[in-house]
Amino acid sequence: MPVKLAALRSRVELALAGRVTAPFRYRDRKIIETVPAGIPEIDSLAGGLPRGGLTEICGPSCSGRTSLLLSALAERTAHAEVCALVDGRDAFDPQSAEAAGVELKQLLWVRCRNIDQALRATDLLLQGGGFGLVAVDLSDIPPETVRYVPLNAWFRFRRAVEDTPTILMLLEQEANAKTCASLVLRLEAQPARWTSTGEIRALENHARETHGADFFSACLLDGFDVRAEVLRSRMPPVAGTGFHDDFAAANSVDTGIFETKAMWGYLGGLPVEKCKRK
Amino acid sequence: MAFASIYVPDFMVQSVVRAEPALRGRAVALIEGAPPLSSVVAANEAAWLVGIELGMNKLQASDFGAVEICPRSLALEKTAHAALLDLGWSVSPRLEDAAPDAIILDLAGLASLFGPEEKIASQLIERALKLGLIANVAVASNMESALHAARGFPGITVIPPGEEARRLGSLPVSALLPSAEILETLEHWGVRNCAALGTLPVLELSERLGQEGVRLHELARGVRTRSLTLAEPALFFEEEMELEDSVEELEPLAFLLGRLLDQLCARLAARSLAASTIQVRFDLKPSFEKDFCSLSENFLGKSAPKTYQKTLALPVPMRDSKMLLKLLRLHLQRDPPLAPIVKITMTADPARPRVAQGGLFLPASPDPEKLELTVARIANLVGDANIGSPESTDTHRPDEFRMSRFATSLGAAENRRKNGRSAAEAGRENGARENGRARRKSDVVPAIAFRVFRPSVPASVELCEGRPVRVGFRGMRGDVVAACGPWRTSGDWWREDGWQQDEWDLEIRFYYSSRLPAEHPYKNGQNIKRTALPPCGLYRFYYDAILQNWFVRGMYD
Repeated sequence: MPVKLAALRSRVELALAGRVTAPFRYRDRKIIETVPAGIPEIDSLAGGLPRGGLTEICGPSCSGRTSLLLSALAERTAHAEVCALVDGRDAFDPQSAEAAGVELKQLLWVRCRNIDQALRATDLLLQGGGFGLVAVDLSDIPPETVRYVPLNAWFRFRRAVEDTPTILMLLEQEANAKTCASLVLRLEAQPARWTSTGEIRALENHARETHGADFFSACLLDGFDVRAEVLRSRMPPVAGTGFHDDFAAANSVDTGIFETKAMWGYLGGLPVEKCKRK
Repeated sequence: MAFASIYVPDFMVQSVVRAEPALRGRAVALIEGAPPLSSVVAANEAAWLVGIELGMNKLQASDFGAVEICPRSLALEKTAHAALLDLGWSVSPRLEDAAPDAIILDLAGLASLFGPEEKIASQLIERALKLGLIANVAVASNMESALHAARGFPGITVIPPGEEARRLGSLPVSALLPSAEILETLEHWGVRNCAALGTLPVLELSERLGQEGVRLHELARGVRTRSLTLAEPALFFEEEMELEDSVEELEPLAFLLGRLLDQLCARLAARSLAASTIQVRFDLKPSFEKDFCSLSENFLGKSAPKTYQKTLALPVPMRDSKMLLKLLRLHLQRDPPLAPIVKITMTADPARPRVAQGGLFLPASPDPEKLELTVARIANLVGDANIGSPESTDTHRPDEFRMSRFATSLGAAENRRKNGRSAAEAGRENGARENGRARRKSDVVPAIAFRVFRPSVPASVELCEGRPVRVGFRGMRGDVVAACGPWRTSGDWWREDGWQQDEWDLEIRFYYSSRLPAEHPYKNGQNIKRTALPPCGLYRFYYDAILQNWFVRGMYD
C-alpha cells in the first residue's frame, strides 16, 4: 500500500510539474496585516482594514459609507501613503474630504462616468502598484448593474493586491465580491441628530424680526449614528494588535455603532461655509 | 600631455545609417540634387567595392542592385555631429570641434578617472557605438598627429611620444588634406606617403611649395603643434528625421519615434543627463481633401496648421526610451495629428537624473515613472481633465475645485512623516481645545461626508411658511422630517456666472419612487416591484435665486 501511495504521489507531482511547485508541501497560513480605519468602533469591531485584501463596504444611500471611506483615506494619507479613489459616478467632494483630514495631494482621484471605466481604471491602478489604499466607489451605480460584474473581475482584483501592502476598498449598495472579499461591512444609518444652539436661536429671532416671517429653521445638522455589521471577515475582532492569524468568520455577524459629526465653519456671523473643521 | 582624436569615416553615410539601423552592414550610396540631375555624393566602403563612383546619376547607381540609394540629409548630419560632440564631452570638457566628422579631446588628467590611454580609446569606441557611430580613435602627444592618425588608421591607434614620424610614415599624403595643386605636384615628384614627404629638405620644399609645403612637412613628421580651440559645451538635444514618404498611421510613426528616442536617450546618457520634457514637432503635409478645405479656408482668412506640436512634461527626469515611447504613444492616441507627417523633430530639455534613496521606514509609494504611465493610460480612458489630484480654490462658490497634476514626492512624504500627526490626532486635539477638556482616543468622531450630484438635480419643493415640507427629485417623493436653513450664499456678482443660493439641509422620509431597475426580473410580468426606497435620507437642497428653481446639490453619506 505505501508503495502505491508513493507511486501515486510521484505521478501527481509529475503531472503538476512546472505548474505547482511541491503540491504536497504544507502551506503556512498567511499573516494578515491590518491597519486602522480611522474609526475606533470599526477597528474594534472588524480588527481594522486588511492589507493585501478586498474590503467591501455596503449599505443604502446616506448610510455612512463615504464617511468611513474618508476616515480611511485620512488615516492612510496622514501616514504619508499614496491613495487612489476611483469614483464611479463622480460624486467625491474634495471640500468634505479636506474637512475629514484627507491630504488631497496624496490622493489620485479618477472621475469615471460608468462602471466599465471604473473597473478598467481600478485594474490599471492595481497593476501599477505602490498605493496604500485604492478605493472604488460604486455607491451610486444601481446594484443590479454592479451585480452583472463577473466574479472573475473581483478575483482578478484580489489577486492583484494579494501579497502587496495595498488595501482595496469597494463601496457599493450590496456585497458582490463573495469569497474574494476579506472583510465585508454593512452599514445602516440611524435617524439624524439635530441640535439647536443659543446662537442659532438668536439668528432665528433676528431673521424673524428683519423679514417678519418664520422661515428660518433653528437647528443644525449634528450628524447621525451608523450601525455597522461584519458580514464576512478573515480577521478576529481584536483591537490594538496589527497582526492576526488567518481564519474565516463568514457566518458570524458582529455589530457595532459609531457616530458621525457634521463639521461647521462660520463666516461673518452666518454659517455659510460647511464641511470645514472648527 | 596627450590628445585623442575621434574620426567618423564615411560620415555622411554613417549619419544616414544611424537613423536607419537596417542599413548597417550594407552598401549605401548617397545622392544629392534635384531629380533628374541627382548624383552620387558619398558612399561607404562596400559601395565603392561594388563599383559605385562619385558623380554617377541615380539611374546609373540603381543598376547596382546590392547598393541602397538614399538621399543625403543635412539634418541627419547635423544631429550626427551633435552626437559626436556629446561623445567627446562625455569624457573630457576640453574639446575641439575640428571638422564635421572629427573632434579632438585633451586627455590631460583623465588617467585617474578612466585608466590608461588604450582604455580611454576603447571606451570612446564603445560609447560611439551606443550613439550609432563607428569611429576611429587615435591618441598621440600632439593634436595634429592624433587627428591624422585617426583619419588614416582604422580602429584604435596609440602613438607613443617620439614615434609620430615613424607611425605616420605609412599614411598617404592625401591624408594630410593638401590642396589639389600641391597634391598633384607631390605625386609628380613621386612623393606618395608621409615618410617620403618627411625626408625632403625643408628649405628646398619651402622654396618650391611655400609655407604650405613647410606645414605639410611638419605634419608628415608629426612635429607640428598648436593650441586647442575649445568648443563651448552646449546642452541642446535635438533629433530630426525627414521622411521620404509621409506617415499617417500611429504604428509606423511609433516605430520612427522609437528610433529618435533611442538616439536622444543615448546622447543624454552620454552626458549623464535625463530629459525633463520631450517636445515633438511634426511637419504636416496637407492631403488632397485638406488642400481643398484649406483653399476654402484661405478665402475666409484661415489656414490649416502646417505643424503639430506635442509636449511631454515628465514628473521626474527620465531617459528610458521605451517608457518615453509608451507615454508618447498614449498622448498621440488621445490627440493625433490631423494630416500626414513629413518631418519629425524631437527635442529634450536636459535635467539631472533623479537620485533618490527610499527610507527604510517610509511607506511604499508608486514608482514615478510607472505611475506616469498608469496615469496616462487612465487619462486615455476617462479623459485628461478627469484624473489628478483635487485642489481647493480660493472661493466660496459651491463645488469649486481644480484638478492638478498628480505626482508623488518622496521628500514631501518624508517631511509629512516627520512632522506629521495623523488626521485623527489632529482632530482629537482640535476637539479637546474646543471643548476645553481632554478627550480619549475612543472619542474621535469621523466627519460626516458629503456626496455631490454633478450636475445638480432639479427638484420640486413644496413650502409651508417658508420651510420645505415635501420634496421630489429623480422620480422619488418624500416628506421633510427635519430641515435646517436657509444658508444664503452669493458671490461673483460682477461676473456672468455669479451665484446666489439659499441652501437647506433636509432629512427626507421617502414614500414613493417611480424608478425601476433597468433589468428587473418581473418587468414584463404582473409582479412589478418598485425599487427599494431608502427609508430616510439627508440631502442638501438649494434654491437658485438666479435660475429661480430648486436643485439637489448632494447627500450626506
